[in-house]
Amino acid sequence: MITRNFLRYFIVSSILGSIVFGCGEQSVNRGDLPLPDEVSYNLHIRPILSENCFACHGPDANKREAGLRLDIPEDAFKVLEESPGLFALVPKNPLESHAYLRLVASDESEQMPPPSSNLKVGDREIALIEKWIKQGATYQPHWAFTSPEKIDLPRIKAKKWPQNPIDHYILAAQEERGLSPNTPADREQLLRRVTFDLTGLPPTLEEMERFISDQAEDAYERVVDSLFASRAYGEKMAVHWMDISRYADSHGYQDDYYRTQWPWRDWVIHAFNQNMPYDQFVTWQLAGDLLPNPSKEQILATGFNRNHKITEESGAIDEEYRVSYVVDRTNTIGKALIGMTLECAQCHDHKYDPISQKEYFQVYAFFNNVAEVGMEESSPGFSRKSPAKHPMMEITDEDVDGILSFLNRPDSAALSTALIGDVNSGANYQALLSETGKLRVSVMADLDTIRPSFVLLRGDYETYGEEVFPGTPERILPFDNAYPKNRLGLSQWLFDTGNPLTARVFVNRIWQQIFGAGLVSTPGDFGMQGALPTHPELLDWLAVEFMENGWDIKRLLRQIVLSNTYRQSSNVNPDHLKKDPENIYLARFPRNRLPAEHIRDLVLSSSGLLVPTIGGPSVKPYQPPGLWELATSGRGNLASYKQDSLGALYRRGLYTFIKRTVPPPSMILFDASNRDECEIERERTNTPLQALMMMNDPTVLEASRVLAATLMKETGTREDVVREGFRRIVGRNADQIEISILAEFLEEMLLDFESNPDVAIQLLQVGDSPIPTDLPISELAAMMQVIHTIYNMEESITKS
Amino acid sequence: MENKLIEHGLNTNRRHFLSKLSLGLGSAALGSLLIPDLFSGINGERDVDPLAGIPHFAPKAKRVIYLFQNGAPSQLESFDYKPKLREMWGEELPDSIRQGQRLTGMTSSQTSFPMVGSIYDFQQYGQARAWVSELFPHTAKIVDDICIIKSMHTEAINHDPALTFFQTGAQQGNRPSMGAWLSYGLGSENSNLPAFTVLLSKGKGNGQGVYSKLWSNGFLESVHQGVQFSSGDDPVLYLSNQEGMSGQQRRKMLDRLAELNQLSFEKLGDPEIHAKVAQYEMAYRMQTAVPEATDLSKEPDMIFDLYGEDSRKPGTFAANCLLARKLSENGVRFVQLYHQGWDQHGNLPNEMRDQAKDVDQASAALITDLKQRGLLDETLVIWGGEFGRTNYSQGKLTKENYGRDHHPRCFSIWMAGGGVKPGFVYGETDEFGYNIAKNPVHVHDFQATVLHQLGLDHERLIYKHLGRRFRLTDVAGHVVKDLLV
Repeated sequence: MITRNFLRYFIVSSILGSIVFGCGEQSVNRGDLPLPDEVSYNLHIRPILSENCFACHGPDANKREAGLRLDIPEDAFKVLEESPGLFALVPKNPLESHAYLRLVASDESEQMPPPSSNLKVGDREIALIEKWIKQGATYQPHWAFTSPEKIDLPRIKAKKWPQNPIDHYILAAQEERGLSPNTPADREQLLRRVTFDLTGLPPTLEEMERFISDQAEDAYERVVDSLFASRAYGEKMAVHWMDISRYADSHGYQDDYYRTQWPWRDWVIHAFNQNMPYDQFVTWQLAGDLLPNPSKEQILATGFNRNHKITEESGAIDEEYRVSYVVDRTNTIGKALIGMTLECAQCHDHKYDPISQKEYFQVYAFFNNVAEVGMEESSPGFSRKSPAKHPMMEITDEDVDGILSFLNRPDSAALSTALIGDVNSGANYQALLSETGKLRVSVMADLDTIRPSFVLLRGDYETYGEEVFPGTPERILPFDNAYPKNRLGLSQWLFDTGNPLTARVFVNRIWQQIFGAGLVSTPGDFGMQGALPTHPELLDWLAVEFMENGWDIKRLLRQIVLSNTYRQSSNVNPDHLKKDPENIYLARFPRNRLPAEHIRDLVLSSSGLLVPTIGGPSVKPYQPPGLWELATSGRGNLASYKQDSLGALYRRGLYTFIKRTVPPPSMILFDASNRDECEIERERTNTPLQALMMMNDPTVLEASRVLAATLMKETGTREDVVREGFRRIVGRNADQIEISILAEFLEEMLLDFESNPDVAIQLLQVGDSPIPTDLPISELAAMMQVIHTIYNMEESITKS
Repeated sequence: MENKLIEHGLNTNRRHFLSKLSLGLGSAALGSLLIPDLFSGINGERDVDPLAGIPHFAPKAKRVIYLFQNGAPSQLESFDYKPKLREMWGEELPDSIRQGQRLTGMTSSQTSFPMVGSIYDFQQYGQARAWVSELFPHTAKIVDDICIIKSMHTEAINHDPALTFFQTGAQQGNRPSMGAWLSYGLGSENSNLPAFTVLLSKGKGNGQGVYSKLWSNGFLESVHQGVQFSSGDDPVLYLSNQEGMSGQQRRKMLDRLAELNQLSFEKLGDPEIHAKVAQYEMAYRMQTAVPEATDLSKEPDMIFDLYGEDSRKPGTFAANCLLARKLSENGVRFVQLYHQGWDQHGNLPNEMRDQAKDVDQASAALITDLKQRGLLDETLVIWGGEFGRTNYSQGKLTKENYGRDHHPRCFSIWMAGGGVKPGFVYGETDEFGYNIAKNPVHVHDFQATVLHQLGLDHERLIYKHLGRRFRLTDVAGHVVKDLLV
């Protein structure tokens, strides 16, 4: 049975909702599916109208055809402007409803959508509209624009299963569909999962031993608490936020010079580790400089909105680029914080969502007063090719000793080397020289005067429409007059308890990071074209809990990882696979390939090579030669790739240097963001190029040799070495067949190498770490191949 | 009723899943790396197919080779002959012609705009009597095989946005590039090679760099991303096994790996594990197929003679042209070359001579070579930059030397093969070479035309992302039928 409160949004249950009308799909022929007893506007009709009708009969006033608007009931029921006496929709009467008649018209000139649109409404969809009209053509408010509410927990049968309210919602939805929860994950699986989810690292051997042997009731809870206390937690959380914030180590256009935004990244790690509440975390980043007597830490946080690309192309037109930066910030707010495709309203009113172009530029106006230029080189009074652009802050030794003590600032020689790079003469060299010894970060600061904002017609930076002032989209939540009309006010609006989006969007993305997909599968689009939530009540419960408990991120995560939903086994039950192949209802924990950074973390950590230093300038590990050199114009301090040495080769994935125009291949091949713009969800692909990288990347090969050598020195028999290696990498005990496959392979390789020791020597030559001289070469080389094979297993780079 | 609904929902869901499987892996298949066996029998059950109806009409071309001249070669020293500019050498560009067009930051403060004619002579060639400058003697010999468009125009005035606009249809990054769209729409003809490959080279002239966003998959799956190839030791990143590791040993390792993965599958039951095994097998096949497809050592001397001496040097434009032919004839859908060095703000006469020398012979050779192999009809070759150059001098004008700034209002490119009219010159600029006088071709028109030749309707090759349907041509573009056979 369906739960009552669900009726707030949907007349019938969502069984078919996410399946039938998931966003991103083409209209689907499902003529054979029976119609629901009651047709719901939100569930059945809006997706059809949005997909097929709103572009010409929706929110965009300029493109509206025949004066007809179908997304608002008052307008839809009005007499047709161009056909007096006729109506688009007449409740209960499809044959008087010309919107319906046009759908079924046989005359091409009458047909809607017009054939030229390449859109086609299916028979079942037409039947749904007919039935909806017959039942009274009742509209409903869009779910995401109504405030989330906590409701009574749903009734469930398996009353013993839930650990916390999350489980009630998950279980209720499963029971409705004849599913039941999976068995609990075994300890090895659970420990590896939660360690990756909270720290991005695999569990160490000691952690495995401790947890396996700890039979106390709260053993798991204590593991979770110790993971939250680990500083690696902040690093893990920073990875996704760096995608959101389009963080990179270069400016991003053409010559693509070096930039120093890494202190901002160090702050993010610090803030997560301090468990800074989300409202404060975002407020500092949006408007830290506008807080009363802002501290240097608060100002550093505003680097968030200066992480976007900045041009240094000679000839760039200043205003064109300055406007593009403001646009970038505006779009980022939409995508990252409120799950709205604001950018669709830059050139015209939004085609689907109630966001006018004017409202777009009202949000834009919040960010239009920054004391910046589009192109510093051509602007008098600015230095050339600087690693930070105005407005900027300087970080002094006193800061690092004091309020910014979380920064990992290397000595100034190292900073200077990074800064000068390949440049060795000319005006840019002089300019860069003048920057050495300083550490500067681009941050937000407004002009003393007001830079007026206008609607930019067609989005063009030169074509002004009416003047606008800071404001927010009315239909989401009106901007309270008590709020200051600046970025601080915008932040207050975001965290107003009446804002229906901010909390939902964030908890959804946390869910997405853990389970691989959000409860709303379109995390950047909660609008009309977005997917409906699979578990609307759970989403709301999480959102309200989050707000009621001071936007406490660790608490939110803790609730999730302590749930029994989370603690299920990921082993696939064939019956469940058949009933719910996409695992929408989570009758098992979903298996997902690790993100690029954590694949690196796994390899370095399990081999013992990892240098766990936190923060500091980004590093340049092994990379295939020639990539930067071939793509560069020859100018710039990043024209050639200067690989780091020693410890800097073995840092965690999030510290890998990102030159935007040539992003690191080991990251990009595994779907990491190129940091071109705000990215809220990475793809998870599976390609042969990934296989090639795992087979031949020196990082993986070196780690294989190092781990082989370590284990050979520490452990007894060859079989023990294989067993230990497997355990460190895959996070579980290998069973006997697995051991014998690897042991056979070892023997095979050993034979090969003993008859051909030169090859063995050759294969050991990889990476900068020393090759042990006190181990038999053929055996080491053979063991290296075995360990390397384990690294290449699907399970190794998958979170189960 | 409720139960029935659930059942139908689940059936639908299962089909949906299968379709996702065939789209997920399958568009890896379609898209880049075909694995036919893996999907036999699934296609019939697909109920979601954004690629239904492809090709939208009979294709004229199967493949594209795009010789991108990065930095923007001057049309006034190549294909757009303007004797008037020589007559008016040094005179001010009339305001009536300039019409207040926006200028780059490099010449916006220039107070004088002295017109300058080509220092190089032009002659007419071929049946079309096409004008070609003396810098391009080899191209001059193939004018009857190519179609010169003199009336291209674009919206961007600086390199980064203009290149991005040409390749992705939008000036800002993160949209799929043309090759990615073709990979998405048409997939690869060769199961062992990617559908979209990229080759880079550099000339001696002022260069402007290239950026990986130019071969980005944007919001399409990353299998549609351009794969950078090189003519060096490792033609594809991470392709070569570690030195000392033989193919045989790799095979042994992969066999063991497959056994281990199969054991994981038996424990975990996740079909993704099998997909992973398939990708490792694909990788293994690539390790043989790619070096074969990129091996130039077996080309006869006459071929190297045709492409020029440079073609023996890996990494040159000429070697890349030859490599492009090999990849293309092996079924790579879209081979994208970038050759840097065409940004002649100053010292144009000297730099352009060198640049032209680097590319002229090999570009013409590629056409000749494709033709003699009977491949030109089905291969569309494109040659051109991201915008044009001004008819007035940037910086100091002397009798022997001058520079030209960026000019988006008119420029020349050429196309050949793939159903484009051979021996044809299209579009005209005014006598000052500043504005288009006849038959303008916008970048989106050009893109629509390229897609059309491959059997794709640019208004129907769409991908829905963040609720919106995206196209290569954004919301514009018309197929230029006049250019087509």
